[in-house]
Amino acid sequence: MASIDITTQEELHGHGHDDHHDDDHHGDKFASGFFSRYVFSMDHKTIAKQFLITGIIWAIIGAAMSIVFRLQLGFPEESMAWLRPILGKWIIVDAEGFGTLDPDFYYALVTMHGTILVFFVLTAGLSGTFSNLLIPLQIGARDMASPMLNMFSYWFFFLAGAIMFASLFLNTGPFSGGWTAYPPLSAVPAAMDGSKAGMTLWTVSLVFFVVSVLLGGMNYITTVINMRTKGMTMLRMPLPIWAFLVTAILGLLSFPVLAAAFFLLIFDRSLGTSFFISEIFINNAPLENVGGSPILYQHLFWFLGHPEVYIIILPAFGIVSEVLSVHSRKPIFGYKAMVLSILAIAFLAFIVWAHHMFMTGMNPFIANIFVLFTLIIAVPSAVKVFNWIATLYGGAIRFNAASLFGIGFVSLFISGGLTGIFLGNSAIDIQLHDTYFVVAHFHIVMGIAAFFGMFAGIYHWFPRMYGRFMNETLGRIHFWGTMICAYAIFWPMHYIGMAGVPRRYYTFEQFEAFNQFSSMNEFITVAAIISFALQILFVINFFYSIFYGKKQKVMNPYGANTLEWTVPVNAGHGNWPGPIPHVYRWAYDYGKDGREFIPQTEPLKEGEYDMGDHH
Amino acid sequence: MGALIILSLILLGVVLVQIGKVNELSASIRGEEEAQESANRNHAIIGMGFMISFLVFVIASFIYYKDSMLGYGPLEAASIHGVEVDNIFNVTMVITGIVFFLTHIALFWYAYKYRGRAGHKAKFIPHDNRLEIIWMVIPSIAMAFLVIYGLAVWNMAMADIPENEVAGKDFIEIEANGQQFGWNLRYPGADNHLGATYYKLISSDNPFGQVWDDPKNHDDFQPSEIVLPVNKKVRVRITSRDVLHNFYLPHFRVKMDAVPGMPTYFVFTPTKTTEEFKEGLKGYPEWEKPTDPTDPSSNSRREDFNFELACAELCGNGHFSMKKLVKIVTEEEYQAWLTTQTSYYAANITGEVPEKVDTPAPVDAAPEVIKDEAEETTVIDAKVEEAVDDKKTVEEVIEKAVEEVVEPVEDGTTPK
Repeated sequence: MASIDITTQEELHGHGHDDHHDDDHHGDKFASGFFSRYVFSMDHKTIAKQFLITGIIWAIIGAAMSIVFRLQLGFPEESMAWLRPILGKWIIVDAEGFGTLDPDFYYALVTMHGTILVFFVLTAGLSGTFSNLLIPLQIGARDMASPMLNMFSYWFFFLAGAIMFASLFLNTGPFSGGWTAYPPLSAVPAAMDGSKAGMTLWTVSLVFFVVSVLLGGMNYITTVINMRTKGMTMLRMPLPIWAFLVTAILGLLSFPVLAAAFFLLIFDRSLGTSFFISEIFINNAPLENVGGSPILYQHLFWFLGHPEVYIIILPAFGIVSEVLSVHSRKPIFGYKAMVLSILAIAFLAFIVWAHHMFMTGMNPFIANIFVLFTLIIAVPSAVKVFNWIATLYGGAIRFNAASLFGIGFVSLFISGGLTGIFLGNSAIDIQLHDTYFVVAHFHIVMGIAAFFGMFAGIYHWFPRMYGRFMNETLGRIHFWGTMICAYAIFWPMHYIGMAGVPRRYYTFEQFEAFNQFSSMNEFITVAAIISFALQILFVINFFYSIFYGKKQKVMNPYGANTLEWTVPVNAGHGNWPGPIPHVYRWAYDYGKDGREFIPQTEPLKEGEYDMGDHH
Repeated sequence: MGALIILSLILLGVVLVQIGKVNELSASIRGEEEAQESANRNHAIIGMGFMISFLVFVIASFIYYKDSMLGYGPLEAASIHGVEVDNIFNVTMVITGIVFFLTHIALFWYAYKYRGRAGHKAKFIPHDNRLEIIWMVIPSIAMAFLVIYGLAVWNMAMADIPENEVAGKDFIEIEANGQQFGWNLRYPGADNHLGATYYKLISSDNPFGQVWDDPKNHDDFQPSEIVLPVNKKVRVRITSRDVLHNFYLPHFRVKMDAVPGMPTYFVFTPTKTTEEFKEGLKGYPEWEKPTDPTDPSSNSRREDFNFELACAELCGNGHFSMKKLVKIVTEEEYQAWLTTQTSYYAANITGEVPEKVDTPAPVDAAPEVIKDEAEETTVIDAKVEEAVDDKKTVEEVIEKAVEEVVEPVEDGTTPK
């Protein structure tokens, strides 16, 4: 590791309480050796980096998979024989040397891409990274409530990843029935090669993943509730903390349901129960299972699955709110409305799950209720969007990679959110369900948008993690390139979906109705490859900057109000070398009373109201 | 070729990294603040350029692809409820389109206008309750409208056949049964009722697992494509024998999962015959292109047009290939087509094609392979259930079922 030095260190603000943290002279007596410092570390800052780097590795794997299946979709006429050295038997090479992608492996790639991106990258990589990094730093705590559980949270995630990775090398291939793993396809091994050992490892991996999320979530909630520094009332918390808190609550309430569904699925697969399967005739023989319902699984799955998309996007909400406010040099517009809309969205997240199931044979009458609640979500979402735009209004915006990604996030969230109004309305969903319109919608609104939130966070808090800055020029190239590519990839998919083309097709040649977009598919694939190259550029920038980036010379480089910038650059475990600072005001006093920023640690003046109130 | 591309990508990466380093160096020479200010100006301008070109691209591409999207150009819905679905789609498009354009213009315009520059200070505007109430109420009204409108269309589209309607006269019921990887189709025959099925009876001779004891099954026939009369209500019973499938007719806006163990349905009324639909494609250049691009003399895409049935729920590695053709014809053509169809029971089970399809065939010729005792009771139970609407007495049915189960035909072939 590079040595991290500080050149100057501002004097810590005077007011704070001493919890005798540093009575042990070595700072952290638990982090003395290499392993306890970098591998089995209990320091939330190190665990955050572990989540982030593991997430980056998984993102590269998941994105590379999408490139392979995009090649199949964009250039079905081109030989893929050149991929044979990497993919081996999954590329079928005929006598003339023409290589085609095995359909089984195509579906495995699609499935793994979804699983990896949703769970490993955008849940663990995003929420895991920033909850760990920012919760203690922004609320004024020395670490999580239980650093030990926090460490376990990461290592369960690692274990889940290791098992999933191993499943890629199975002879029958990894699971290939879609990331939602609907039975009977996932429950009956005879239905598909991927439903054999691949599915077993998939479920085991994700059960460990659920454990990881729960350990992390309990910690986040406990820490936020119990360990705020003096003066840090709930309504003085920076918005990322609100987002992480609510995300953790969502996870804690919904992931166990997923685990339950997986256990029942494992029973159906291994113990001969019939929770999800009934009256099946497969492989020229009937199965004995009767009385189960595949729809039951879908209810259980989406009871997690829908909150899951908010588990992914809420941290991005929080990060973007903070980044836009800091770099606009303005308070976030409507702080309380932002908090309330997070809470409203989180509540509604639990009562809209069946909007994924309008066309599954669920009683059409039930859909009425789910349409109502689903479209209500548009209201708090609209409030958030308008408030972000209002935050920019009248600001003095500092354009850098972080704030650019923040602005890009708002654009993507609008585009993807609006298409949700189509899909949430069951009548329109008849036409659009399971078409490319859905693919475009969720990739923009929870895939790319969440990534943009993550990038904004990485560029913004990189100095907080590594004491150095990422290269700004490369960051800005990364932003504009990714912004253009993101729309170039997913905007055309709306049109493909509006033409009725179903998703998860290996080829469109069989259908006259679907086989008219080959040039558009080529275009999308090329854009995806360029986008992938740009992300590699980001990864190079990331690792290069860890060692050689521009050094962080001042403690608070952005002129931000929040507590994480009162921590010295090379802070060890425990964060503040001296006493923990106290908090006297909310986090968004930017441009107040003619001052550019007023840190949270500065007491209110006589007669001054908090939270921008002026009465 | 591949190596060259990779090499040039690497080179490009190296160049970009160098540019990044140089820029950073020049920034530190010029002074951080000045560099930040010029960055603010540059990126604010790029942002405006991006916004304008993006919105232009959105409009242009929409117009360009209009005719290949359902609901626009020639691809209007070919069913009654489908027109309503398209309408609400368009209404939603207008509402969301307005929001999309306004918010994007505001987002990038404010970013441009309020870029940081020397002497410019940010305003302190923490909140404005009046504004926030306005932009909460307006979306609420829009959503209320869309919910009410949407549910009206939804409940109309999903309504099952009313109880007083008569099969055959008011509507036709057919069955589509998904399997890996294809669709089996079944028509009710002259009695207008589909016979009972039981999944354990499925075999290569009996793709639906029809219970031959049920006389309603004897006139059911299994065509290779869907043929339906125009302007007649159709109730599709959608079933699956193995995994989830989805009965998807894009041109009719029909989509419903096929779930093993739980029959689903979709009711729709086709409003255009295949021929009428082809007429509508006339004059659209992309439909006049030859089907085979290498052979200009082949039929045009319009001439070869057919409605298609597809699967829209991932069902395994052949998911993309579950195709059947759908033909919508006039009532006369439909009646004529019906007479050409032979009951599956007569053709494949008894081996005799009766002169009239509706002649009751002998009921005692059901072949069944029953392997063990546990199955016997299940089969018998199922038959009892299915026979209830045949108005047979329970005793009769049980007696018959027991007879068959006790003396199974070993190889499942048809006794002549």
